[in-house]
Amino acid sequence: MSGFFGYLVQRLVGVVVTILFVAITIFLMVRILPGDPARVIAGVLATDQEVAQIRSQLGLDKPLWTQAGIFLDDLAHGNLGISARTSSPVTSEIMARLPYTAVLAVVSLVLAVIVGLPLGALAASRAGSLADLAVSALVLFGISMPVYWLGLMLIILFSIKLRWLPAAGAAGPLAIVLPAFTLAAFSVAFIARITRSSMLEVLRQDYVRTARAKGTRARTVLWRHALRNALPPIVTVIGLQFGDLLGGAILTETVFGWPGMGRLLVNSIFSRDYPTVQGLVIVFALMYALVNLIVDLLYERIDPRVRYG
Amino acid sequence: MARLEVDARPGWLTALGRLGGAVAGLLGSEVVRRLRRNPSAVAGFVILLVLVLSAILAPLLTPYDPTQQQLAQVLQHPSLKHPLGTDQLGRDLLARILYGGRLTLFIGAIAVAVGVALGVPLGIVSGFYRGSVDMVIQRVMDLMLAFTSFLLALTLVSLLGVGLTNVIVAVGIATIPRFARLVRASVLTIREISYVEASRALGAADRRVLWRHVLPNAVAPVIVQATLSMGATILTAAGLGFLGLGVQPPTPEWGAMLGQGRNYIFSNPSVTTFPGLAIFLAVMGFNLLGDGLRDALDPQLRGTR
Repeated sequence: MSGFFGYLVQRLVGVVVTILFVAITIFLMVRILPGDPARVIAGVLATDQEVAQIRSQLGLDKPLWTQAGIFLDDLAHGNLGISARTSSPVTSEIMARLPYTAVLAVVSLVLAVIVGLPLGALAASRAGSLADLAVSALVLFGISMPVYWLGLMLIILFSIKLRWLPAAGAAGPLAIVLPAFTLAAFSVAFIARITRSSMLEVLRQDYVRTARAKGTRARTVLWRHALRNALPPIVTVIGLQFGDLLGGAILTETVFGWPGMGRLLVNSIFSRDYPTVQGLVIVFALMYALVNLIVDLLYERIDPRVRYG
Repeated sequence: MARLEVDARPGWLTALGRLGGAVAGLLGSEVVRRLRRNPSAVAGFVILLVLVLSAILAPLLTPYDPTQQQLAQVLQHPSLKHPLGTDQLGRDLLARILYGGRLTLFIGAIAVAVGVALGVPLGIVSGFYRGSVDMVIQRVMDLMLAFTSFLLALTLVSLLGVGLTNVIVAVGIATIPRFARLVRASVLTIREISYVEASRALGAADRRVLWRHVLPNAVAPVIVQATLSMGATILTAAGLGFLGLGVQPPTPEWGAMLGQGRNYIFSNPSVTTFPGLAIFLAVMGFNLLGDGLRDALDPQLRGTR
C-alpha cells in the first residue's frame, strides 16, 4: 500500500506543478501580449484618468513581480481574483458553472466508452467484414464532423422537426440528451478507432490462439481474453482525448446554451473579463490533469503487469 | 581498388538535394501506385480536388459577389436563382461557400506550415541532442499540451485579438507539440540506425548527419501528420469562427457563417446546413487522404489504425 501512496503523492505533486506552470503562463500571456486590458475594459471613450483608475483597481499598475506574487499567493488560497464584468469573485463564478460542465463531460465520456468500445471490438473481431466497414465509416464521420454543426443538425431534427427534445438550456433531465450525444460523437469515433487497432494487435497474439485452440467460445475469447489485454492503450487514449472533449464542451455549451464553464469562458472573452478567462483556463487544465491522473491510477486495476512502488 | 568518393559539396547544398530527392522519392512511382490503389486516399484526393478547384474557380461558378447584400431577399430557400438560398443579409449562400473555401484552405495550410516550421526543428533538436535541451523543450511541449489544443488556440486568439493573422498564428502554435513530439520520436529511432552511426564514426559533423540522414528519414511521418493536421486545424479555426472569434464579417468564412446563421435556424436551416457540410467535407477529405498516405508510406502500419 505504501508503494501506491508514494506513487499517488508523486503524481499529485506532478499535477500541482503542471497547474502552477499553466497559471504562470496564462498570467504572463495576459500581461505581456499586446493589448492593455485596462484600456479594453474601460472602453474606447474612456479618459486616461479612468483607464489609470481601472488599472490600479486590477492591480496592473504594480510591478510585474509584485503582481505575480499576489496572483500566486491568491491562487494558493483558491482565490482567482475578482471578475471584471460582475465584480464578484471569479472562484464563485466558476464554481457555479463547474457542475454543469462536469456533468456534461462525464456523461459524454461514459456514453462514448459504452458505445465506442464495443463498436471497435466488433470491428476488430470481424476485420474486413461489412460490419468492420460500417464502423470505419462511422469513425470517419465522427472524427470529421464539426461538433458545433452536429449540434445544430440535431437541434433541427429533434427539436424543430420532431419536437422531441429541448433545443437549449439545462432544465429537466431531457435537456442533457442532445448536448451529451453531440459532445460524445467525436470521442465515440476516437475510442472505436483505437479499440479496433489495439484489439487487432492482441488478436494476433499467441495466447489468443491458445485460448481458441483449447476450444474456448469465441465470445469469451473476444470479451474476456482479448479486450482485457487490449485495454491499456485504449484507456490512455481516453484520458488524452479528454482534452479534446473539454474543447468540444466549450463549443457544445455555446450551441445548446448549456450554462457551464465553456459558455462563461466565451462570454468572458467577449467582455474582456481577463481575470475570469485566466481562472477558467487554470480550472480547465486542472480538470484535464486530474482525469489523466485517474486514468493512470486505473491502469493498475486493468493491467496486472503494472505495479506502483 | 575502389576509390573513396569524397563529397566536397557544401553541407546545405547536399542537404537541399537530399531533401528534394527524399520528397521526389516519396512522391515517386511506388508510393503513388500504392496511393492509387488505396480507396481512402483516392476518395480524399477527389474530395479535396473538388473543393480546391471550386474555391479557385469561384468567380466562374457563381455570378454573385459573396459580400453583396440584397436585403429584399433575405433567408430565401434554395431555388434556381440561388441554388443554396440566401443568408440573413440576402447574400448568395453558394457564393459565400465557394469563396469561403479559399479562406478555410488558406488558414489550414498556413497554420499547419507554422506548426511544421516550428515543431519540426524543435523535435529534431530535442531528439538529436537529447540531454537538457531535450528536457526543456519537452517540458514546454507538455505545458502546451496541458492547455489542450482548442483551449490554447482560443486563449491565444482572445489575447491577440480576432482577425485572420491572429487565427492562423493561434491555431498554428497549438499544433506545434504534435510535430515536435512526432519528429523527436523518429529522430530518436533514426539516430541509432547503423548507417547513421557509421557516418558519425567517419567523422561527419552533427549538421551533416542531421541534414543528410536524419531529416530525410523523418519526412514521411511528418507528411502524414501534416495532412491529418489540416483537418484538425480547419475544425479548430472554424470553431473559433463559429464562436465569433475568428475571421470577422463580412468576409465569408465557413465557421463564422455557421455561427451567424444559427440564429436563423428556425426560419431557414440551409444557412447552417451548407457551411457545416462544407467544413465536414473538407475535414473528411484530409482525414481520408491522411489515412491513405499513412498506409502508402508505411505498409507495415496498414490497417492497424
